[in-house]
Amino acid sequence: MTILSYLKALNRAVSDEMARDPAVCVFGEDVRVAVTNVTAGLVKKFGPERVLDMPISEQAFTGIATGAAMAGRRPLIEYQIPALLFIAFEQIVNQAHKFSLMTGGQTRVPVTYLIPSSGSRDGWAGQHSDHPYSLFAHVGVKTAVPATPADAYGLLVSAIRDDDPVVVFAPAGAMGRREDVDLAQLAPVPLGVGRTHRAGTDVTVVAVGHLVHDALEVAEELADTIDVEVFDPRSLYPFDWQGLAASLERTGRLVVIDDSNRSCGIGGEILATAAEQMRLVAPPKRITRPDGAVLPFAEGLDRALQPTREQLRHAIHGVMKAGETKKEERP
Amino acid sequence: MAEAGGVGSPTPDSAGLYRTVRLIRRFEEHAVELVHAGHVFGGIHPYTGQEAIAAGTCAALREDDLITSTHRGHGHVLAKGADPARMMAEIAGRATGLNQGRGGSMHAADFGIGILGANAIVGAAAPIATGAAWAARCAGSDRVVVTYFGDGAVSQGVVLETFNLASLWHAPVVFVCENNGFATTTRTADAVAGSITGRAEAFGIPAERVDGMDPEAVFAATARAVERARRQEGPTLLECVTYRYDAHHTWEHAARPRYRTPEEVQLGRFLDPLDIQGARIDDGLRARIDADIEALLDEAVRFALDSPHPDPATALDHLYADGTIARAGAL
Repeated sequence: MTILSYLKALNRAVSDEMARDPAVCVFGEDVRVAVTNVTAGLVKKFGPERVLDMPISEQAFTGIATGAAMAGRRPLIEYQIPALLFIAFEQIVNQAHKFSLMTGGQTRVPVTYLIPSSGSRDGWAGQHSDHPYSLFAHVGVKTAVPATPADAYGLLVSAIRDDDPVVVFAPAGAMGRREDVDLAQLAPVPLGVGRTHRAGTDVTVVAVGHLVHDALEVAEELADTIDVEVFDPRSLYPFDWQGLAASLERTGRLVVIDDSNRSCGIGGEILATAAEQMRLVAPPKRITRPDGAVLPFAEGLDRALQPTREQLRHAIHGVMKAGETKKEERP
Repeated sequence: MAEAGGVGSPTPDSAGLYRTVRLIRRFEEHAVELVHAGHVFGGIHPYTGQEAIAAGTCAALREDDLITSTHRGHGHVLAKGADPARMMAEIAGRATGLNQGRGGSMHAADFGIGILGANAIVGAAAPIATGAAWAARCAGSDRVVVTYFGDGAVSQGVVLETFNLASLWHAPVVFVCENNGFATTTRTADAVAGSITGRAEAFGIPAERVDGMDPEAVFAATARAVERARRQEGPTLLECVTYRYDAHHTWEHAARPRYRTPEEVQLGRFLDPLDIQGARIDDGLRARIDADIEALLDEAVRFALDSPHPDPATALDHLYADGTIARAGAL
C-alpha cells in the first residue's frame, strides 16, 4: 500500500492518460512550471508540444481547446482559479457543450476542465473562492466533484476519456487529503455513479466534495444515537438518482450538505427530486452557502458563509425529530 | 500588408467563381422567399451582396481544408461544397438537413467536407478555427483553416486574444473579416477605433485590405494567405470590403429599422459581384450556368419542402456524444 495524496492522484491521472493516449494534451497558465503542482513533471515526460503554457487569455485558449478537440485532440485545461470559469463560460457552455446537438451528432468535443482548489482556499477573498459546480450541472455540462484521492484519480481519468466536455472540481478543502491505496487498484470511476462512504439506516446525508469528510466526522460523532448513511454523488451531472433512491428507501430521511449558494444550487435539486420521486418520512433539509454568497476576506467572515458541521448536526437532529412525529402519526 | 509570396499567381477559374456567386445569390433569394412564405421557423441573415468573399476564399482551398462560418453563413457553407438541397432542408428545419434540423441557418455544419459549423456568437469561431489549425499541424498535416467573421467581431476580446495566440504559434489559419459596413445597425466607423488591418498587424499578423466585391481579387489574396499558412509562416488577415444588400436579418423586412437610406443601399448595390464576375465569361456560358442553377435550386426547394420534419421525441438526440440521457422536463 502507498499513501496517495489528492494532488498526486490528479497528477497521476493526467500523466497516465497522456501516456496511454497521445491525443491528450494540457493547456493552462503556468502549467510547465506547474504552479499548482497538478502538472508537475509532465513537460519533462511529454514535451512542450503536449503541455502548453497559455497567456492570460482564458476565452481564447478555451475556444482553441474546443477546435482542437473537434480535430481529434483531448485537451485538459487547468484553470488556476474557479472564477476563471466565468470568463470561459461562453466557450464551455455555449460552444463546447452545444456542438454535438447543434450539428446533429457530427462532432464531439472531448475537453476536460480541471479546477484544482475550488471553493474557499483560505484568504483569497471574493473573486477566488467560488464553488460554481451547480452552474455546470444546471446547464447540463458533465460535472464531477471528487472527495477522495482515489476518486480524484478515477473521475479525472473518466473525464479525460469522456467524449463530451467535463468539468472536474477539486475542492480546496479536499486537496490535502491522503489515502492509503494500492496503486495497482486505481481505476476509472464512471460518471453518474455515487458512493456510499458509510452505511446507515436512520438518515441519508448527501455530501458534495470536501464536505463528505465533514459528514463522515459528524456521522461518527452521532453514531451512538443516530445511524447516518453518507452518500457522495461524486458527479453532479449526470447524477446517481438511483443510488440516492436506494439510500432513501432504507432511511426515508434526507439532509444535503452542499457548498453551493442556496438558490438554484444542486442541494435544491436533490431535495426537489427526492420530494417528487423518492421515499421520505420527514421534510428534507439542506445546508448550503447563503443566497448569492460573496465570500468576504476576513477568516471569520469567510467561514461564516460556508456549510458547517454544527449546521449539519442540527439538520440531522431536525429530520430525525420530524421523522419521529411522522412515524407516530402513521396508523 | 501581406507579402507577395513565392508561388506566382494561381489562375482563377472565372466560370467556377461566377457559378458559386450565382449559386449563393439565388440560394439566398429562394431562402428569403421561404422565410416570407412561412416555411422557415424564425428567419435568416441573408448573405446577398457578399458572395464574392465566400466564392473567392473557398476557391483557394483544398477539399480537406477547413472553415468556420458565421450567423450569416449560407454563402460559406455552399462555397465549401455543401449540398444546396440539404442546406435548404436545414434552413427549413427538416430531418434531411445538414444537421438533421438541429442547427438551422446559424449553425449549418458539414464536417465531412471541412465545415466546422456556422457560429451564432460573433467572433466565437476564431479560437475554434485556430485550435483545429493547431491540431492539424501537430498531426503533420498541411491543412489550412479559414475562419470568417464580420467587422463587428474585431471588437470581441476573444478574437483579439486569438490573434495573439495564432501569431505566436504560427497557426495555419486565415482570418477573413467581411467588412460589410455594419455590425447589425452600427456603422464600422462608429465601432472600430484604428483600423481592422491594424489590429492584426499589432499582433504581427500580415493584413491586407481586399476588394470584397471582386471574386478574383478575393481569390488571389486568399491564395497568397493560404500558401503562407501551408508553408508554416503563420496566419494572415484579409479585410474584405463589401456591402450587405439585404437586411441584417429578415426581421428587418417587417421591422424596418432606420440605419441606412434606400438611396445608400441603391448606391451599395452599384457594385455587384454577379456583374463583375459575369462580365469575365461569355454570355452563352453565363446563361447555361444560370439555367443549371435555377434547376438545382428548384430541386433543392422541392427536396426541402418535401422532407419530413424531425420527430419531436428525438429533440434531445445527440446532446451527449456517449448517449447519456437527460431527464425529461416533466416526470
